[in-house]
Amino acid sequence: MPPVRAGGSRALALAPALTLALMLGPLAAGLGGTLLPAFGYLPALGGEGFSLAPWRALFAEPGLARAAQVSAFVGIVSTLISLAAVMAFCAAWQGTRAFSLLQRVVSPLLSVPHAATALALAFLIAPSGWLARMVSPWATGWTRPPDLLIVHDEAGLALVGGLVLKEIPFLFLMTLAALNQVDADARVRLARTLGYGRMAAWLKAVFPAVYAQIRLPVYAVLAYAMSVVDMAIILGPTNPPTLSVLVLRWANDPDLALRFQAAAGAIAQLLIVLGGLALWRLLEMGIARAGLRAATGGARMTHDGWGRGIALLPVAAIVAAVIAGLASLALWSAARVWRFPDALPTRWTAANWTDNAARAGELIATSAGIAALAALIALVLTVACLERETGRTHTGSLGAERLSRALPLLYAPLIVPQIAFLFGLQVFFVRIGIDGTAGAVVWAHLVFVLPYAFLAMADPYRAYDPRYVRTALCLGVSGRAAFWRVKLPMLLRPLLVAFAVGFAISVGQYLPTVFAGAGRVPTVTTEAVALAASADRRLIGIFALLQAVLPFAGFALATAIPALAFRSRRGLQVR
Amino acid sequence: MIRRALGLAAAALLAATALTGAARAADAPDPGDWEAVLKAAQGQTVYWNAWGGEPRINAYIAWAGEQVKARYGVNVEHVKLSDTADAVARVVAEKTAGRDTGGSIDLIWINGENFAAMKRNGLLYGPWSEAMPNYRFVADGDLVKLDFTVPVEGLEAPWGKAQVVFMYDTAEMPVPPRTAADLLAWAQANPGRFTYPQVPNFLGSTFLKQVLYEVTPDPSVLVRPADEAGYEAATAPLWSYLDALNPVLWRQGRAFPQNSAAQRTLMSDGEIAMAISFNPAEATSAILKDELPDTVRTAVFEGGTIGNASFVAIPYNATAKAGAMVLANFLMSPEAQAHKQDPDVWGSFTILDVATLAEEDRARFAGLDLGIATLAPEALGTPLPEPHPSWMTRIEEDWARRYGASQ
Repeated sequence: MPPVRAGGSRALALAPALTLALMLGPLAAGLGGTLLPAFGYLPALGGEGFSLAPWRALFAEPGLARAAQVSAFVGIVSTLISLAAVMAFCAAWQGTRAFSLLQRVVSPLLSVPHAATALALAFLIAPSGWLARMVSPWATGWTRPPDLLIVHDEAGLALVGGLVLKEIPFLFLMTLAALNQVDADARVRLARTLGYGRMAAWLKAVFPAVYAQIRLPVYAVLAYAMSVVDMAIILGPTNPPTLSVLVLRWANDPDLALRFQAAAGAIAQLLIVLGGLALWRLLEMGIARAGLRAATGGARMTHDGWGRGIALLPVAAIVAAVIAGLASLALWSAARVWRFPDALPTRWTAANWTDNAARAGELIATSAGIAALAALIALVLTVACLERETGRTHTGSLGAERLSRALPLLYAPLIVPQIAFLFGLQVFFVRIGIDGTAGAVVWAHLVFVLPYAFLAMADPYRAYDPRYVRTALCLGVSGRAAFWRVKLPMLLRPLLVAFAVGFAISVGQYLPTVFAGAGRVPTVTTEAVALAASADRRLIGIFALLQAVLPFAGFALATAIPALAFRSRRGLQVR
Repeated sequence: MIRRALGLAAAALLAATALTGAARAADAPDPGDWEAVLKAAQGQTVYWNAWGGEPRINAYIAWAGEQVKARYGVNVEHVKLSDTADAVARVVAEKTAGRDTGGSIDLIWINGENFAAMKRNGLLYGPWSEAMPNYRFVADGDLVKLDFTVPVEGLEAPWGKAQVVFMYDTAEMPVPPRTAADLLAWAQANPGRFTYPQVPNFLGSTFLKQVLYEVTPDPSVLVRPADEAGYEAATAPLWSYLDALNPVLWRQGRAFPQNSAAQRTLMSDGEIAMAISFNPAEATSAILKDELPDTVRTAVFEGGTIGNASFVAIPYNATAKAGAMVLANFLMSPEAQAHKQDPDVWGSFTILDVATLAEEDRARFAGLDLGIATLAPEALGTPLPEPHPSWMTRIEEDWARRYGASQ
């Protein structure tokens, strides 16, 4: 059997290299462009030689140690909580009705961008937020908001909360995929026949195998949480802020000499993330050793009803928090007067929307255009890579294995903190003269869209039964036609899902938009984050809501289109 | 032969000078020849880089653009900045890249530190502003001659006046504090009810300046550059004041609002009862928009409050310099200034000397209803001058060390 390819095999042969270049090229250029100024070299700003001056300036900055501590604390604690919550929930509820219900709720949750989630949470939990308003003054006696530091607290607990809201759905989705691969049901069944309780069976027989599968996503979550910028601006401490926010401040300072210090700070952020990952690795080994002892100890833990109840709580709480937060955004967007302690606005208006319709329309068009382009490019590259890989597999080569070995590379842009290479990437874009253009923004987004599009597409593509294509070939169709007319249509659903994922990732990008766009390509996300620090809640409500609705629309289309396209093809419908 | 060659060379030289002269005339219009400026401005597009964070201000800028388009055929594009420093950085970047003509910015709304930085680095075009026809209406004095103590020297045209006022909620505070000491006493009696934006935010720094003027032994040193010995002596009372104030601020001084809008939101939510503002009409405008309760009023300190003018300036490499001048001149006109002072429009105070205007123009200002929470111009008093920028650089650093890192 000759390799089955979509034709243009030479172009296909280049696909993996092109994909890696488009993704890792900016990463490498960016890291280099951050490293050089961190050691004093940036001729455009008068840095002709190497020096340690940027580092001296960095260490002289008041609050630096505190900022670094908070960054590390927030990252590790939020990741621990999210992972524990997801693992506990899976252990307690896998295979039940609650589990499959959550499965359906989770993708929309995942599509709400980080900044919108953070704004929604801030509206909810602030001392003047909706929760306090609902219980005041009848239950609390508060006629004015209590003087409590909840949002922007120094320890970063509000930021931990916001990150957990986003990380639980992401880790849950990753775990779902892993559960299929490790044949979790069979493992649980076996352990239960040996008399283990439901949770014990899962934790002892499934967890180790699942964790091995989701280790990279966990690392990505950890790295992200330690260096996040948009959520940290909205929820994190301000006095001093987290390290990444400090670095962004310096990078945007009118005093261009601060760029050197910013670069050093960005490298420091990278080192903190690497340190955090190393610490996590140690933690993994410690848990593995303790887990081994527990697993061989033989405790059956059959009375786990209370544990199952507790395991449900965090997951139910985050679903409720996101929905209530979005609802409060919607209320604010239509409020004219809503003063503390009223539970609802006392006067309503559509003016917030009508006054901002033109501006909002422009921002939506920009956001959607950039996102659609980035997602489309990512999808084409992903399919080309996968097609080349599966084409090879049919001939029995080791392509698939080689590519899965390259998978950690896909995670590289997700593990290296954005602030560590976007600064250098901006310099690179300036050099090649495309900074401040929509094209530069699309490229910068692509770096983050590609990994997710690939992850979303890889499994369904690899699982595609090659006999359909072979049948088509036997019927006398060309390889090209078999690809376009048989294989791709059958893969329409995962293609659209991968597109929607990429679209959502792009819409949510804050830092890459600011850096590559030189602040001149405003999107719904940059607007929402900029408004978060200022302006009134009515405006924030509008732009955060738009930011949340845009990716959601993408997912809705991804569901609706196959249903329409396949309405007369029963075999392709979802039961 | 030689004579002929010399003659040719001289002719060529002459032609070249004439050519560059002509090119310079188009690129660098002479503000003294207003007819020529108007002619050169016809059809030009002015990219006006101005802070875009306030819908009312954006609407005013759009209105000014329409007027200038209709009257002089000049197109105005408002480039909305989130921070004026961005525009300064862009001009620096263009100069670094050697783009000495055809720059992307024609006019910047600017003052203070940014003006000082651009002037110091030779990034401004001019002098031009004092030759504008409408400059004769501008009130004479340091307010428009000095920008944060830096001489303006015709490099920027004034277009608005700002002065510190305190907004306070009469529902909680029937009598406003009239001195910094009053304010501290009230804050100590009402912990958590006052704050100011986080330094180095412009308004936060302004609060420190305002207190500094009142507590420093000799305010006259503030208009000169700060020196080592003088700095310690002049600022010591400021730090002891802030040491006393910090623990009784909103959130015990562990967090600060990030800017003036965030501070206004706190007031709207009832989290604080008093706030500093740099716009005497802010409270009225916010009440009209239902952003603040209608019990809010404004007050100034007895010893006077800090005031300044804001300006528009033309970068040295601007493309549409003539158009920028026409726009700047319009912004100084009695009509544009009166429209701007209307609290329904913006509520920004005029930099014109209203008494010297023609009767019809005086009537435009007299007819304005300043609104329930705005003090009359007489009640605002004579503004205190801004201290020299060198003071704030050091005070901001020290503030960050003392209160900015939440020890």
